[in-house]
Amino acid sequence: MDTIERIKQQIAENNILLYMKGSPKLPSCGFSSQASQALMACGEKFAYVDILQNPDIRAELPKYADWPTFPQLWVEGELIGGCDIIMEMYQQGELQPLVKEAAVKNTTEE
Amino acid sequence: MTIEAVIEQKLLSAFSPLHLDVINESHQHNVAPGSESHFKVIIVSNDFEGERLIKRHRAINSALSEELSQHIHALALHTYTEKEWHDYYEANTPLSPKCLGGSKKRA
Repeated sequence: MDTIERIKQQIAENNILLYMKGSPKLPSCGFSSQASQALMACGEKFAYVDILQNPDIRAELPKYADWPTFPQLWVEGELIGGCDIIMEMYQQGELQPLVKEAAVKNTTEE
Repeated sequence: MTIEAVIEQKLLSAFSPLHLDVINESHQHNVAPGSESHFKVIIVSNDFEGERLIKRHRAINSALSEELSQHIHALALHTYTEKEWHDYYEANTPLSPKCLGGSKKRA
């Protein structure tokens, strides 16, 4: 499967998906670390892809997403934003309901 | 011209900001001294009125697409309307996180 197809599949199959450097437990970048911590604080399960382990995704996703940097948070097939947007939404109390709603849909689909 | 100056100039002409800070934060990261790779932008413009954050960030990314594709590794964006800026953020602009090594991190 080519890289773009893999990306599309990941986004379609995971209601809450974070593309990041490293993992939530062992992030390799301060921005990815902040973003994954805010997402974990929302208390719902989420999927992540470590782009340092997936150089093809690292190369292709910015073009597909029209978003130049990582991390990238995708919720229900839509790009929400990078670290600054995630943090700002979290601090404004907007991230939690968005994530909760997506998590509920995930459960109903399963 | 430095990358910092180019960013400043492009943002000034694209958004007519009421306030603009372009800060080179590269020294906080795993790059050579004097690098221009990591930046933080604090920008206040009424062009952002009624626009969601993702749209504001996309507008900036597109104004800086050349720099992003060639020079900039990380770009922290803090975008406000005049009202948002005065109401809250002027005293509370968030700090960017420290680097944790990136792809050059040693195991």
